[in-house]
Amino acid sequence: MINKTVPNVSEALKGVKDGMTFMFGGFGLSGIPENAIAELVRLNIKGLTCISNNAGVDDFGLGLLLQQNQVKKMISSYVGENDEFERQMLSGELEVELIPQGTLAERCRAAQAGIPAFYTPAGYGTEVQDGKETREFNGKMHIMERAFDADFGFIKAWKGDAAGNLVFKGTARNFNPNMCGAAKVTVAEVEELVPVGELDPNEIHIPGIFVQRIFKGAHFEKRIEQRTVRQR
Amino acid sequence: MLDKNGIAKRIAKEVKDGYYVNLGIGIPTLVANFVRDDIEVEFQSENGVLGMGPFPYEGEEDPDIINAGKQTITTLPGASFFDSAMSFSMIRGQHVDLTILGAMEVAENGDIANWKIPGKMVKGMGGAMDLVASAENIIVAMMHTNRAGASKLLKRCTLPLTGVGCVKKIVTNMAVIEVTEGGFELLERAPGVSVEAIKEATEGHLMVRGEIPEMKL
Repeated sequence: MINKTVPNVSEALKGVKDGMTFMFGGFGLSGIPENAIAELVRLNIKGLTCISNNAGVDDFGLGLLLQQNQVKKMISSYVGENDEFERQMLSGELEVELIPQGTLAERCRAAQAGIPAFYTPAGYGTEVQDGKETREFNGKMHIMERAFDADFGFIKAWKGDAAGNLVFKGTARNFNPNMCGAAKVTVAEVEELVPVGELDPNEIHIPGIFVQRIFKGAHFEKRIEQRTVRQR
Repeated sequence: MLDKNGIAKRIAKEVKDGYYVNLGIGIPTLVANFVRDDIEVEFQSENGVLGMGPFPYEGEEDPDIINAGKQTITTLPGASFFDSAMSFSMIRGQHVDLTILGAMEVAENGDIANWKIPGKMVKGMGGAMDLVASAENIIVAMMHTNRAGASKLLKRCTLPLTGVGCVKKIVTNMAVIEVTEGGFELLERAPGVSVEAIKEATEGHLMVRGEIPEMKL
């Protein structure tokens, strides 16, 4: 067994620098790598390019990096929940590349799988197409999209072991598995770090080969963005 | 004239037994409340769940189980969770039977705009571009006019597009409209709404053939 465990978040983030490109798992605030984000806030490194479906909310998730003006560019599909983000974008302080959600996921998966580019119909005939190669397949037009190239991928999983094997929970899975192994270094934070052999090999979502560093997150707030309930 | 629930109720009639359905944020989400309970339908949410159930009871909310609107939800027996790439394999691969989404503008050639107002509002497209580019059956749920009273059914979209030539059907607070080769075709009127009023509120070319029935809800 190749041991991927690191003792804490500081060790896990060793090597992060100004100007790097990072991937962050999560959809809304669900399944975001809270501990890695908190450490990046503490390190206060700047000029970052962040690949993440959303940009957090004003006071949580990636919103915390935006507040400190650590982000140079965001690559996301939906940013509707963050006023500070919208302000920085409309004023031109923040560079933003908005891309279709499925394209975002596939650009991660392509990087993970060693596929440099692929064709998708999503965004054909829209401004997403601008500057991209197009091609017809089966009578339908497609856009060529490229795999991401990132320095670090920050992943949040439910359970993991020292071998780097990961299991996700519910819809907190989202982009996390697609980003594993998609960056030069994949850092996974887990709620439960279990002994090797405890996870059933049949039920592992991401094999440890895609993960370089794993640690048990010291704190997970797991904030709910839209609390919706029904009456009994 | 219908309210948002009325629009959802009318669209629910388009949901057939055995359908996998993706519901967008806003009015489309309400459609789930009105689907007949004698048919089997599974709701897909693009953040990674198939077999979505109702909102949880108070105290049972789980931050790890949400829908694409980031709302806490539950799952029904037979549900499954999956990653985002697989979710969009379902969507792009045309495994989802019906897509219902909102719009800011729809044009008579089936173009749709719903993600950006340049210089004012940029929320992003989320999964909408993937959905409209691949789905075979797309219904738009929206109010017929915007807050300023201007028509949302246009000759050509003025806002940045989400997809081209993809919308098949539109259900508004005033009408059910099909997008055909020749433009918008009026199929049904909302209760108490005249054909004239619908024409008035539709900027694009509206075809009216024969008697237009009132919607049955």
